[in-house]
Amino acid sequence: MNEPLPFWASETFWKKTAIWVTSGSFVLLILLTFDSLAKISAGGSRVPAYSVINKDISYRFDKQLQRYQPVILGDAPLFGKMLSETEAEQLVALGKKTTQAKNCMNCHTLLGNGAYYAPDLTKAWLDQAWGGAGRETAMAQFLLDPEKYAHTYGSNRKMPNLGITEEEARGVVAFLKWMSAIDTNGFPHNFKAIGAEEE
Amino acid sequence: MAIQAYQDKAAALYAGLRSRYSVFMANPHLTGGQKLAVHYFTAAVVLFMAQLLFGLLAGLQFIWPGFLYEVLDFNVNRMVHINAMIVWMLYGFIGSVYWFLEDESGVPVVGLKWGQLAFWVLTGAVALVVLVYLLVQVGSGNDTSLWFINEGREYIEAPRWADIGIVAVMLVFFYNVAATFAQGKWSGIAGVLTLDLVALAGLYLAGMFYATNISVDQYWWWWVIHLWVEATWEVLVGCIMAWSLMKLLGVRRQIVQTWLYIEVALMFGSGILGLGHHYFWIGTPEYWFTIGGFFSALEPIPLVAMVVHSVYDSGVHNFKNGNHPALAWIIAHTFGNFLGAGVWGFMHTLPQINLYTHGTQWSASHGHLAFFGAYATINIAFFYLAAQQARGNCWMGGGLANGWRWKWSLALLNLGVMGMTVALLIAGYEQSFIERAIEGSTWTAYFDAQNHPWFVQAMVWRVIFGLMTIAGGGLLFWDLLAIGKAETRKAAVINLA
Repeated sequence: MNEPLPFWASETFWKKTAIWVTSGSFVLLILLTFDSLAKISAGGSRVPAYSVINKDISYRFDKQLQRYQPVILGDAPLFGKMLSETEAEQLVALGKKTTQAKNCMNCHTLLGNGAYYAPDLTKAWLDQAWGGAGRETAMAQFLLDPEKYAHTYGSNRKMPNLGITEEEARGVVAFLKWMSAIDTNGFPHNFKAIGAEEE
Repeated sequence: MAIQAYQDKAAALYAGLRSRYSVFMANPHLTGGQKLAVHYFTAAVVLFMAQLLFGLLAGLQFIWPGFLYEVLDFNVNRMVHINAMIVWMLYGFIGSVYWFLEDESGVPVVGLKWGQLAFWVLTGAVALVVLVYLLVQVGSGNDTSLWFINEGREYIEAPRWADIGIVAVMLVFFYNVAATFAQGKWSGIAGVLTLDLVALAGLYLAGMFYATNISVDQYWWWWVIHLWVEATWEVLVGCIMAWSLMKLLGVRRQIVQTWLYIEVALMFGSGILGLGHHYFWIGTPEYWFTIGGFFSALEPIPLVAMVVHSVYDSGVHNFKNGNHPALAWIIAHTFGNFLGAGVWGFMHTLPQINLYTHGTQWSASHGHLAFFGAYATINIAFFYLAAQQARGNCWMGGGLANGWRWKWSLALLNLGVMGMTVALLIAGYEQSFIERAIEGSTWTAYFDAQNHPWFVQAMVWRVIFGLMTIAGGGLLFWDLLAIGKAETRKAAVINLA
């Protein structure tokens, strides 16, 4: 056991390798994080400004990328009221905090993350289940009394009454509308949105 | 009268617990650090049982959605299920480190009193958080709810006051570890462990603030979840594994430590940028497809290396060891980690397939086997090491009295989790196929997949194997309380190679 080890089998070689590889990867991650955070700030091309809730959001098939992408069309104020950027952000924040305080993520998925007991909410605003016109009212109504307005699609799974107030319900709808406009690189796959265009 | 009777009963129970506790604290076979480790292990086992119970409730609700509707809804059960898991695993890791800290450093734990205080603070806080989860459940959409009820962010739901408490406790733990090594010997394991704990505690901070922008929110959220589970926890487990291989099999330190460094290089080299596989669909730029796909495809490599080296070590030593249950669980860890984290993770990690499988039962399948294989198993191995030492380093080899208990619990737990994993995998394939590939990801598509007989059958199988897991868990609980108590023989002595 006394013959000298080749350098590649020695403890010090691997110690140095471990340190270099770890710090190298971490530095790269930091650099990528700066870039990613700049690209996903609200108001950029990937994540829309909160005032997008004043607009008509739809889906369009991108031939080159071979996937549907969200598109922002003309004015379509939420609950019939145009909001300033600050007001819109406040409403979306109320909705986001409500989804957290009501623990939505432990039944539903948001951007595909969460639990799988209830449907993904990523593009909920654009889901055909809500029909076309007046969907914000239908959604808010559902959130206020989910048992009464439940559509279980034969699964018998019902959302419990979580004591959501009217203002909170509007906030959640605003949050869902804003989230539906995020460019999620074509996720969920092949999503057939309300009024999706195939060119 | 009735109240008086209950008071007497409670007083008797309390007196009984106190006397048992003082007997335990006078145990001559354990050092101070090891006694603290047993505290952590005890709380860990209790939380493990809670994890199994709430997992069963959530699993049953898939089959009978009306079960406990508006009493304990799925979101509450599922939150307690996954939080109990995270917390018991952390308890197990912290306990394991206290367990070998004095042996590895050669000196008593520095600041042990602080460590003991931190344990009771943490345990009190965990109990309070769970009570709030169960009794209050949800709050209004404001910051008060996020501070005092729950943050509603999968895996790190703990309200913010508890987050701050957890960080304080982690700092005490870190002080115990670093100061003890500083006063005693610094080994390779000690160095890796200390740096890893800095990273582990530091990453938790990334999940402690609110962001309205959900893309930003989930960006940092994954820093905690992924960089814990697929980087710092794996390295922590590598340190624990390295120490236990030396103790259990008498492997030479130089070999173990060289492998530990190789593992750190591979684990961090693949795991840190492998983070990218969570950045495919949350609004982040497309370059994460390439980076995330490439590095996460490398992630199984260290896990293969681990199988190679542990099987090799065991073979070289002809499986001779002084604690059969612990070695059996370490072998279960090697394979569980490789299969659950490595194979199951790799199967759906590339964007080309993840587009279909993300957010389906696929993830649940991977999660069940990965957490069990990578982390539950090695913690259980340490519970057996502790049980052996606490009972006077008793015999734990072949022909152990009531040896059927550990063998059956090992078999039931492993088969149970594997069965659940396969059932959820079948459900996941079906869901990806019908909901995503065929029907186009709408809510109707979602429910078409959920109502399909193939999905329903898989969920029934999941509960059946869940019951098997619970049977194994109960047996494990019983065995840990009893194993070696009646044993008069001393542990087998393993000659160091």
